[in-house]
Amino acid sequence: MSYIVNMQKLNKHFGQLHVLKDIDLQVTQGEVLVIIGASGSGKSTLIRCINGLEDFDAGQLEVDSFKLEPKGKSQQSLNSIRKEVGMVFQQFNLFPHLTVQRNIMLAPLKVRNKSTQDAAKLADKLLARVGIANQAHKHPEQLSGGQQQRVAIARALAMEPRLMLFDEPTSALDPEMVGEVLDVMRGLAKEGMTMLVVTHEMGFAREVADRVIYIHEGCIVEQGTPEEIFDNAQNERTQAFLSRVLSN
Amino acid sequence: MDNQFQFDWQAAYNSVPFLLKGLPYTLMISFGGLIVGFLLGILFGLLSLNKKWYLRWPATAYIEIFRGTPILVQVLFIFYGLPDLIGAPIDPVTAAIIAIAVNSGAYISEVVRGGVQSIAKGQQEAGVSLGLTKVQTFWYITWPQAFRRMIPPLGNQAIVSIKDTSLFSVIGVGELVRQGQVYIANTFTAFEVYFAVALIYLAITLSLSILLRIYEHRSQSAA
Repeated sequence: MSYIVNMQKLNKHFGQLHVLKDIDLQVTQGEVLVIIGASGSGKSTLIRCINGLEDFDAGQLEVDSFKLEPKGKSQQSLNSIRKEVGMVFQQFNLFPHLTVQRNIMLAPLKVRNKSTQDAAKLADKLLARVGIANQAHKHPEQLSGGQQQRVAIARALAMEPRLMLFDEPTSALDPEMVGEVLDVMRGLAKEGMTMLVVTHEMGFAREVADRVIYIHEGCIVEQGTPEEIFDNAQNERTQAFLSRVLSN
Repeated sequence: MDNQFQFDWQAAYNSVPFLLKGLPYTLMISFGGLIVGFLLGILFGLLSLNKKWYLRWPATAYIEIFRGTPILVQVLFIFYGLPDLIGAPIDPVTAAIIAIAVNSGAYISEVVRGGVQSIAKGQQEAGVSLGLTKVQTFWYITWPQAFRRMIPPLGNQAIVSIKDTSLFSVIGVGELVRQGQVYIANTFTAFEVYFAVALIYLAITLSLSILLRIYEHRSQSAA
């Protein structure tokens, strides 16, 4: 069995702080994995290691059969991995100086060497898919937060990634815009996209996840199907966390 | 005391054609120096952001030295001092252009550094996450945004450098102030002539300010 992500005994420190402790994590193609945990538990750091936005100190990490070395000593495979792994950020991180369409076209043009015409066609197709076909020539600042995040998803999809990382994609959104972004993610999951999602949206996790992972202070404390985690958590830390977030 | 000073408009007006003979020097030294200074500023500004100490330190040294010493001393050093080293005289205009270039280059390095640093880290992360190389990310994402923010301080530096060229009268460059001094030596109308000189500088710097405002406005509405 080959995994798209294979993490073994991954460790990372921020100075004195031990943020990831002996993390073992395997993800199979097509799996939707939701990572939950309190702020500062290391869940964002964990997915940021997968595309090398953070380096790690020790352990083994293979993404899409490319091996990453500790301390960021693998620029070559990092570039290969990033072409195959899309990422969606909490703060969208759209490029404000480019139109929505150009935001999506940039990587296909420069990384995949597509023609302008093909890249534009692809951008329009993806914008239609995320439900904002009519906004192609606006600049990001003219869009609502929910629309911006959908553009960010389209931008990542333009590279036809084999894996998508979502780092709290709805945490910076006004409540009424969360739904439209989750809808797009739901659609992706249905189409079989492999997804790693860090989120506080427990309803989404329960409905869409194949597997839920609970992280506490840099350790994977418990994992299982949504039913196992949300209805029948074994670990008392998981129970305490869930009772806190679900009572809100 | 009988001090019945009367401003002689005619004297100011008459001096203008002679003063304007200095204008090409003022403009050539300003813009020649600023173009080279801009290139130096990009080079050393980016080097000063580099993680490698052996690239960062020389850039920082350059910036501190040329920002921390007076441009008058710099041009005297270049014009009178440097020929001793290279064994050949340097003509005044060349010395003046070099002085503006290295001096504005130091300030522009800081403008470049500040501009690049002001772009949120998330922009770079988004770029590399899409598979762009670091160089591509810089060129297509960071630099265009940084450059837009650099325009007002770059305009400011251009105005400062244009005025700095007035110092080069001391090495005999026939620029605006030098022309004024020569004219006054014959006519003894210092008040009127320096007034005219000041107005000519103001005309140059105001034109530049207006052009910059227009450019800024355009690039904002294009955003």
